[in-house]
Amino acid sequence: MTTSLTNAPAPGSGGGAGAGAGAGTGVEAEAGTAGGRPVPVARIVRFELLKQFSAWRVRLLIGLCWLGPGLLVFAIDQQSTLPSDTLFGRWMHATGWAGPLVVLGVAGTWALPLLTSLVAGDVFASEDRLGTWRHLLIAVRSHRRVFAAKAVAGLTVIGLLMAGLAVSSIVGGLLAEGNRPLVGLDGHLITGPDAAGDTLLAWACVVAPTLALAAIGLLGSIALGRSPMGLVLPMVAALAMQLAQLLPLPVAVRLALPGYAFLSWNGLFADPRQLGPLLIAVGVSTGWAIAATALAYRLFLRRDFTNLNNDGAGRRGLTWGVLPLAGLLAATVGVLTVATGASGSGITQDKVQRSVATAFAHLYRFQQAQLRQPPVTEAQLQTSASCDKSEGLDAQQGSGNDWRCTVSWTVPGYNATAQAVYQLNVTANGRYTADGDGPVQVNGYFLIVSAGKAAPNPLWQFDGDVDLLAG
Amino acid sequence: MDTPVAVRGRGITKVFGDVVALDRIDVSMTQGQIHGLVGPNGAGKTTLLGLLLGLAAADEGSLEVLGAPVGRGSAAPRGVSGFVDGPGLYPTLTARQNLAALVALRPDEATAAGAEEALEQVGLADVADDRVRGFSLGMRQRLGLAAALLTKPRLLVLDEPSNGLDPVGKKDVHGVLGRLAAEGVTIVMSSHRMDDLEALCSEVTILANGRVVFAGPVSKLSDDNQELDYRLRASDPSAARAVAAATPGVALVDGRGTPARPDTDAIVVRARVASVDGLVAHLVREDIALRELTPLVSPLEAAFLALTEQEDHR
Repeated sequence: MTTSLTNAPAPGSGGGAGAGAGAGTGVEAEAGTAGGRPVPVARIVRFELLKQFSAWRVRLLIGLCWLGPGLLVFAIDQQSTLPSDTLFGRWMHATGWAGPLVVLGVAGTWALPLLTSLVAGDVFASEDRLGTWRHLLIAVRSHRRVFAAKAVAGLTVIGLLMAGLAVSSIVGGLLAEGNRPLVGLDGHLITGPDAAGDTLLAWACVVAPTLALAAIGLLGSIALGRSPMGLVLPMVAALAMQLAQLLPLPVAVRLALPGYAFLSWNGLFADPRQLGPLLIAVGVSTGWAIAATALAYRLFLRRDFTNLNNDGAGRRGLTWGVLPLAGLLAATVGVLTVATGASGSGITQDKVQRSVATAFAHLYRFQQAQLRQPPVTEAQLQTSASCDKSEGLDAQQGSGNDWRCTVSWTVPGYNATAQAVYQLNVTANGRYTADGDGPVQVNGYFLIVSAGKAAPNPLWQFDGDVDLLAG
Repeated sequence: MDTPVAVRGRGITKVFGDVVALDRIDVSMTQGQIHGLVGPNGAGKTTLLGLLLGLAAADEGSLEVLGAPVGRGSAAPRGVSGFVDGPGLYPTLTARQNLAALVALRPDEATAAGAEEALEQVGLADVADDRVRGFSLGMRQRLGLAAALLTKPRLLVLDEPSNGLDPVGKKDVHGVLGRLAAEGVTIVMSSHRMDDLEALCSEVTILANGRVVFAGPVSKLSDDNQELDYRLRASDPSAARAVAAATPGVALVDGRGTPARPDTDAIVVRARVASVDGLVAHLVREDIALRELTPLVSPLEAAFLALTEQEDHR
């Protein structure tokens, strides 16, 4: 017998329609319920990876990331002109460890945000585009596990791409110049093995901000559905953070941005290492990665997958995506302001003077060694620097290309004081380039003769870093 | 003795924002039957199919599928398979890879051999190693059906399974569905193609505005229906017209607004089934040969239009 179907009373005759409108539509089956058993996460991850690797875009990215940086570093190394406007670029002829650091700097600015966009920004949206959500959820029987597997698979691909960038650039650098000492950001020489460790550590440090961008990508992919904005959200976020880093923001705001670790790895190459900003940046990035993933998870579980017209985009995405992260940023700024006691730009006259004097002293000794002069100690040099900004007319702090420093040191063996002038371009994150402005015997020539061969003059132009949190 | 019921729902309500997709409906679907789900766009068909597949939970009411309760916190029971809103395939994978991926996800319910068998069943074995990207809509539908068959379902839920199929593909799919039903599989399918539903379904549920406006055997639907329009061609059209005009319960229709072919001498009559029987007998008695007698609109479609229009007017 077939049971006849009857209709219940019309709406409005009492109750019925209001409960849970659109909310909590996710259905979850776990062991012990009447539903079929959900698929283990590992199997779903394998399925997600199969889909990822079957896409030509991902295969192309893998090829580019594992081959491109190595070839690029090797090719640049063969040129006579080096990218001296990038950090460590001027040392690419001196050591194989400069190349991977140049690549790391560029990756933090462009490549890693782009990769997170293309992978994490699409990992959920692709199911919307292909119309496969329902198919996947029916097969897997668990929204939670689908989220977990997609997140793991996306991060796995990003990790693979990132590893490619690092390994390829290191191999390219070592093949081109070998495992030779690297000149650090304050001019001190870092031995080959130490440079290897620091380089790997620097790449490891940018995992955290990459994860933060990936989590923002997951959030955008869920909150914005098929919209192209979901795909480009990590790029947009990274670009916005880079623009913010160019602005004269207070240190606490700068450190509270999840992309700061893309810059603060520089501190590993100073002596002593500037670990404060780096650790804070890594912590902030990790916090953002967790928060954005949690928000994405929440949005995903609340999405209705039976409504064909709903791809999850809408006001809820704004409410549960943007606003909590804005709150996190504000809270982080508050906590960092109190915890670090930092105020203003973090770039003061005293810090600039100390940094320039230290870097000069290290590089002077390096130059003397290149010139086969008797070795000198920093104690003998008694280097100091006197710096002013805007010829002393403005406040003597903050970023700008109007810093000018006069470095003084005792000339070994002559008991006389010499001076050299440098023009500084200090960026808002504390990094600076010191450009020699005489005398010509010290920093006027681009090249010097070392052991009968022309070599770059380390005092002609050098990079340095002001610790924004130092006392 | 009662026939076992595969799906039983009572007072099912589902609301999306301000929209009541399902309004306290009762459903019951007999095991081993092909059950059609019909309704205009927005009637709640896909929502109901989604509930059966465990994609969402009802806000109110109870739903029992294959003897197990389905509600918030539980997915559809084992043995339920199907698709809504298209078959959901990955275009960068081949047909075989699509199925193999599902086998890898559910190795306890599906096998690689089963995937090959499913490909054979739906007539895609020859293109199993082609990427789905190049498949036609009909081929995708068939592959979607193959994917649904992988887990040997006892309840198969299909949303527009004949969409995009050519006549041969449709015949193949109908054959597969018929075989499955004969083996005891319950099939719930939605379609806008009334001819498909009439050809396949023994039971049908008509939804309108989230409510059930009819449920039961298709035969009951056509019996209960009001007059239908029929196109009639005979050896002597003038005489046939006169006979039709004289037959009780039969009205001549001018044919305007009907899909009667303009290049024929067909006449269109409006009558109930019993009156049509009388007309045929009358024509035979008058030695008029009957060459064609076809309902212009199928009984199911006529009932669908009448019932859904009634619901719209409420």
